[in-house]
Amino acid sequence: MARAARDELSAPATEAGRRAVEAVWRIESARIVGALARYTGDFSLAEDLASEALTEALAAWPRDGVPRDPVAWLLTVGRRRAIDAFRRRAGRDERYATLGRELVEGGAHAGGAPARAQEPDLLWDPDRIDDDRLALLFIACHPVLSREARLALTLRVVGGLTSEQVAASLLVPVPTVQARITRAKKTLAAARVPFEVPPAAERAERLGSVLSVIYVLFTEGSSASTGDSWLRTDLAHEAVRLARVLVGLLPDEPEVQGLLALLELTAARFPARTRPDGDPVLLADQDRRRWDRSAIRRGRAALARAVSTGRGLGPYGLQAAIAEQHALAASIEATDWDRIVVLFEALGRVAPSPVVDLNRAVAVSMAAGPDAALPLVDALVASGSLAGTYLVPSVRGELLAQLGRSAEARAELELAARLCGNEREKAVLLRKSAAL
Amino acid sequence: MSKYMLIMRNTDEGYAEYVQKDFSEIIAAMGRYNEAMMQAGVLVAGEGLSGADEGAVVDFTAETPVVTDGPYGETKELFNGFWILDVATKEEAVEWAKRAPLHGPGNKVEVRRVTGPDDFPKDEWAEKEAGWREQLGTN
Repeated sequence: MARAARDELSAPATEAGRRAVEAVWRIESARIVGALARYTGDFSLAEDLASEALTEALAAWPRDGVPRDPVAWLLTVGRRRAIDAFRRRAGRDERYATLGRELVEGGAHAGGAPARAQEPDLLWDPDRIDDDRLALLFIACHPVLSREARLALTLRVVGGLTSEQVAASLLVPVPTVQARITRAKKTLAAARVPFEVPPAAERAERLGSVLSVIYVLFTEGSSASTGDSWLRTDLAHEAVRLARVLVGLLPDEPEVQGLLALLELTAARFPARTRPDGDPVLLADQDRRRWDRSAIRRGRAALARAVSTGRGLGPYGLQAAIAEQHALAASIEATDWDRIVVLFEALGRVAPSPVVDLNRAVAVSMAAGPDAALPLVDALVASGSLAGTYLVPSVRGELLAQLGRSAEARAELELAARLCGNEREKAVLLRKSAAL
Repeated sequence: MSKYMLIMRNTDEGYAEYVQKDFSEIIAAMGRYNEAMMQAGVLVAGEGLSGADEGAVVDFTAETPVVTDGPYGETKELFNGFWILDVATKEEAVEWAKRAPLHGPGNKVEVRRVTGPDDFPKDEWAEKEAGWREQLGTN
């Protein structure tokens, strides 16, 4: 009887312990993986060691309670595992034998319970934390990795999400995430990618890759491209958090500030973007009182910092400047569409893309009417660059509807609905067509 | 993601002990704590409060509100400031709270979730509140 009661109690206690471990991991994973990677000089090994330390914590903390200094605990376990790994590999590779000796001479314990962090802490160099975190972001977003691998690895090692959380965020099974991370570590090892902040010559390109990973995570979360869920705000917020971390590390990079500004200003609209039944609400129909004013303030502050670097706005900064125009306007009619057209023209020059051209056409229709915008859309149709997507027919259908050409508009909107992968958006297009 | 408020609480005795400490050390420790939360991308707001002796308390126990200047008199606890964090879970908010540079008897940090529009029924007051938030620039 007493035994049964205790068993009933232990399940929630274990659950609470697991959540406590996950909370520490979310805050500290980058620091722990970073410190282990710097110390071992081997990112893949460091990620394995950190994962093992996490597994050990998940077993021990719910049982023994959360240690007083959880970071020291995790680092001690990671270091102990590192020594074990070096000893295993020492026979095969002299480099590991040397490292193993140095670690042991440094006073680390091998085996037994995690030691109290009294010995000189070799891994611990507080001045290096920012560099480690930055190096981690750069390696997780390395161009040798596939897009999927970059997303999974960034969420795992920089975002501090467990494999289960990464899987839920990216809508893939857990084994797929684990396979992607394993593959990514093998790729980085095979390509001999060093764990470092890239030298100046590579910096701009590598930073571009980091920014793009954060941006893709955000867009994955803010408009799920498949399935029937329109918004996965947890993933989008995770991307905002990563952008804030990056701003803390590289405050003088205008595009870093520009990306944060874009994400804050876009996320500010989330509370107004879905109806209670989950259907998306278009910008024109959104209740702007529901926009998150503090997010708008943070976004505008980041954009102002991007401008103040005096190096001009890049693609993210320009998109943020467009989002800022919407944030400032009381309604769709009161929006400064002429300014938005100019910003889209600039964006089209620094980052040419048919999607930007299409958005510019929409802005032109708002500034100068549908007859001014239709030729721009027709030119896109003629170029065939967005063929097969629902974007062009949905905009063209809208313009034709405004011009009173209802039959043509219906045909375009129905075509758009057929091409659209998101069930919620498809329903909106069909309703619009039926109303003509 | 949710927002959590960390509320700094203290007792009279704790506060008396606190003001004896080296002020520049307290400021530096607080600065490091705030910076760590900034760097982690979780801190979205925070304020400290001046001493309770500069404030006032309005008590609604009686039919007419009673105003008392200065320290609360018989009250045991003082509120000294707050942080608002943007985090995934309550446990994460608690983990940050545990790192606050506070020590000694009477020092506490209370962790409370900040409510959002989804916590309330969609009635006319919820509608009005959306408008107030726009005016006040808070959310």
